Amino acid sequence: MFTFILRRLGLLIPTFFGITLLTFGLIRMIPGDPVEVMMGERSLDPQMHAEALHRLGLDKPLYAQYFDYLGNLFQGNLGESLVTRESVWTEFTTLFPATLELALCAMLFACVLGLLAGVLAAIKRGSLFDHGVMGLALTGFSMPIFWWGLVLIMFFSVTLGWTPVSGRLDLMFDIPPDTGFMLIDAWRAEAADPEYNAGAFKDALMHLILPSIVLGTIPLAVIARMTRSSMLEVMQEDYVRTARAKGLSPARVIFVHTLRNALIPVLTVMGLQVGVLMGGAVLTETIFSWPGIGKWLIDAIGRRDYPIVQNGILIVATLVILTNFVVDILYGIANPRIRHAK
Amino acid sequence: MKTMTRALLAAGLIAGAQLAHAAGGTLIYCSEASPEGFDNAQYTGGNSFDASGHPLYNRLVEFEQGSTKLQPGLAESWTVSPDGKVYTFKLRKGVKFHTTENFKPTRDFNADDVVLSFDRMVNKNNAFRKAYPVEFPYASDTGLDANIVSVEKVDPTTVRFTLKEPDADLLAKIAMPFASVLSAEYVGQLMAAGKAGDINQKPVGTGPFVLKRYQKDAQIRYAANKDYWKKGAVKVDNLVYAITTDPSVRYQKMKAGECQIMSYPKPTDLAGMKADPKLKMMTSQGFNIGYLSYNVEKPQLKNPAVRKALDMAINRKAIIDAVYQGQGIEASNPIPPTLWSYNKSLKNPAFDPVKAKAALAKAGYPNGFEITLWAMPVQRPYNPNAKLMAEMIQADWAKIGVKAKIQSYEWGEYLKRMKNGEHDTGLIGWTGDYASPDNFLGVLLTCEAVGGSNYARYCSKEFDQLVLAARKSTNLAERTKLYAKAQEVFKRDMPWSTIAHSTVNQPMRKEVNGFKISPFGDYTFQNVSVK
Repeated sequence: MFTFILRRLGLLIPTFFGITLLTFGLIRMIPGDPVEVMMGERSLDPQMHAEALHRLGLDKPLYAQYFDYLGNLFQGNLGESLVTRESVWTEFTTLFPATLELALCAMLFACVLGLLAGVLAAIKRGSLFDHGVMGLALTGFSMPIFWWGLVLIMFFSVTLGWTPVSGRLDLMFDIPPDTGFMLIDAWRAEAADPEYNAGAFKDALMHLILPSIVLGTIPLAVIARMTRSSMLEVMQEDYVRTARAKGLSPARVIFVHTLRNALIPVLTVMGLQVGVLMGGAVLTETIFSWPGIGKWLIDAIGRRDYPIVQNGILIVATLVILTNFVVDILYGIANPRIRHAK
Repeated sequence: MKTMTRALLAAGLIAGAQLAHAAGGTLIYCSEASPEGFDNAQYTGGNSFDASGHPLYNRLVEFEQGSTKLQPGLAESWTVSPDGKVYTFKLRKGVKFHTTENFKPTRDFNADDVVLSFDRMVNKNNAFRKAYPVEFPYASDTGLDANIVSVEKVDPTTVRFTLKEPDADLLAKIAMPFASVLSAEYVGQLMAAGKAGDINQKPVGTGPFVLKRYQKDAQIRYAANKDYWKKGAVKVDNLVYAITTDPSVRYQKMKAGECQIMSYPKPTDLAGMKADPKLKMMTSQGFNIGYLSYNVEKPQLKNPAVRKALDMAINRKAIIDAVYQGQGIEASNPIPPTLWSYNKSLKNPAFDPVKAKAALAKAGYPNGFEITLWAMPVQRPYNPNAKLMAEMIQADWAKIGVKAKIQSYEWGEYLKRMKNGEHDTGLIGWTGDYASPDNFLGVLLTCEAVGGSNYARYCSKEFDQLVLAARKSTNLAERTKLYAKAQEVFKRDMPWSTIAHSTVNQPMRKEVNGFKISPFGDYTFQNVSVK
C-alpha cells in the first residue's frame, strides 16, 4: 500500500509543474497586459506604462518571471492581486467556502438522487421507469447550465416565488461571514439572536436549493447512468446468482452484494466529477451571483490579474488532483488488484 | 414571527433597532460587479467609483446630481488668477470624517487632507505614495500629474493649486471621483502602523455613507453618515449593493423585490420592464458617442472626399433601429448634444448610395476598393453590438463598390492595434469622463493623441489650434466659440463617421424616489429614498 501511495505521489510532482507552466504560459498568451486592460479606450502614457510594468516585475524576460513565480511559490508566497492588491491566499480563503458549500450540496444532491435512480433503473431494467430515468439523465447531461439556471429562476423564484433569485442570504439579514459557510454562519447567528435573526438558517438553505440543482445536474446524470450500467454488470455475476439461490432477501442482494461492488467504478466517477463541479461552478456562480472562486477566476482572466489566475488555478487544480488521489487510494483499498498492479 | 419583527423594526417601533431596519429604510441596488478597490485615485472603473467615490467620499468641487454642472463640494468657493495658473480654494468648515472600527477622527476636514490627496498623485516623492506605490491613471490621463506644480496649504481652510499651463477644465477634472479627498490623519495612522495599503480596503471619507462591510462578489453594506455635512441629503438608513453579474438575473431580482434599482438593463428586457406595473423607467441622453474611425494615414482614406462618400453610404437610421434597438439618436457631431458648445448647425449628409457612388468615382475610385472594417469584440453603451453594426456598414458599402473585410481581435489587442494604426476603418466610441468638450475633442482628435485615443490618427493644425486655445482660455463664451468652430473643421475633414449617441435606460421599482441618472453613467444615492 505504501509503495502504491508513493507511486501515486510521484506522479503528482510533474503534474504540479505542468500546471504552473501551463497557467503561467496561457495567461501570458492572451494579448494585453494588466495595465493596458485597466486603461481601456484611454490613452496610455508610455512612461507610466513602463513604470507600472517595472513595479509589477512584468518587464523581466519570461523565464525570469517564471522562476520568480516558482521561487515565491516554494516560499509559500502566492503573491497579491494586481488589481485589488489583496493577497491571493486571503481572497481565495474568503471565497472558497462559498464554492465548497455549493459543491458539497450539489454533490450530495447528485449522489443521493443519482444512486437511487441508477439502482432503481437497473432493477427495473427495460421498464418505462428505466427508459424515463435514462432519457432524463441524457437531457440533464446535455443541458446548457446557463439556460437551465435561468429557467429554474424564472419558474421557481419569479413565477412561484418559492425560492430566492440569487445570492446566499436575504440582504435584510446582516450576518458576518465568520466561517464563510453560510449555513453555519446563519445557524450560529440565529442561535445567538433568535428574535432578530429568525429564519436566517432556513433562508440560507432556500438560497442553496436552485444553485445546487443546477450545479448537480450533470454529475447526477453521470452518476445515475454509471450506477445503472455498473449495477447491471454486477447483477450478472455468479456470486449474485448464488446469493439469490441461497434465498437472501432481494433488498439484501441488491444493497449488500450488488451495490457495494457496483460502487467501485461509481466512486471513480464521483472523484472525477469534482473537476466537473469546479468547471460548472464558474457558470453557476455567475447566474446565481454566488461569491465563489469560479467567478473570481473569470474576472481575473478578464483583468489579466496574473497572480490570481496562476495561483488560483493552481490551488483549484491541486484540490482536484488531491481529491482524485484520495479516490485512487480508496479504490486501491477497495480493490487489491489495482493496489498490486505493476 | 420574522415578518412581524421586520414590520415592527421597519416602522421604527422597536427602540434601539439595529441598523438594518430603521425608519429611513434600506435601499438595495443590484450592481453588476465588485469594485476593484476603495482607493479611487488608482482606478478607472465605474464600479469602484460607484462603490467608493460617490458613497464614501467628497471632492473639492462636485457635479450636480444628474447633471454636468459643477457645484461646490468640500470647497465652499474658489478664485482663479488672471493668468489662469493659480486656483485658490476656500474650504468648508465643520466637515467630519467617518468614524469606523479602526479610525476615530480627532479633527475636522482641513487643508492638510487636500494637500495629501493631490500631492500623492502629482509628487513622486510623496511619503504616502512611496509607502503604497500604485499608478494614478486618471491623474496621468487628464494631464494633472504633469501640469500641477504644487498644492499648498495657505491656512487650515485655504489651499492653493499652481499650474504650469492654464487648464480651463481643472475644476471639471477634480470633480471626478479619482480626486476624492482622503483623511491625512487616517493616512498618517495607517503609515505609522505599516499598513498604508489598508486605504484600499478600509476607506474613511467624508461622504454620505459609511462602509460597514464588503464581501467580494456578494455585497457591500453602508450605513447612513449621521454627521454628513449636507443636511438632509441622506434619506435611507442603509444602502446595500447586491453584486449580481448577469443582467437577466438583476432584472429577475428587481422583479421579485430583492433589489429596488439595477444597473445596465439588457436592451431586450426593456419592453418587459416598461410593461411591469411594479417598475418605472427613467431615460436620459447618454454622454457618449459611437463612431467609425477612418485611419486617415491609409492611402485610400487620405482624401476627405473618399471619407465623405463612405459616410454618405451609411444608413444610420437602420443601424439605430437594429443595433441600438431604437435606444439612441443619430450623431452628427463628435460630442453629445447635452454638452455645452455642441454645434447644432452641423448635420450629416443625407443617406444616398447613388450620390455616394458618384462622389467616390469623382474622388478617383469609380470601381471602389477593398478595405478592412474592424468590429469591437465587446459590448459598450455607445455600441451595443459592433459586429452587427460592422455587417450593416459592410452591406451599405458593398452598394457603392467598396468591399469591406470585417476583422476583430480580443479587446486588449484590438485597442492596442487600433492605437498603432493597423486598421483601415474601425468601430469604437467614448463615454465622457467630465463635462468638457476637451474630453472628447482634445482626447480623441488632437495631434498629441495620435498613438493614444486618436484612432483616426487625424492631425490638423487648424483643429489643434482651436482646441488648444480653448483649453487655455478661462472665458466660457470664447471657449464655446472655439469648440463650435473646431466641430466645423471636424465635419469638413470627417476623420470619423459619427454614428449614434445611445440612450440610457434606468429601470427601478416604483417605491424609489429622487434618483437621477448621471450623465457619466455613475450611480449616486444621495437624496434617494424608498417608500
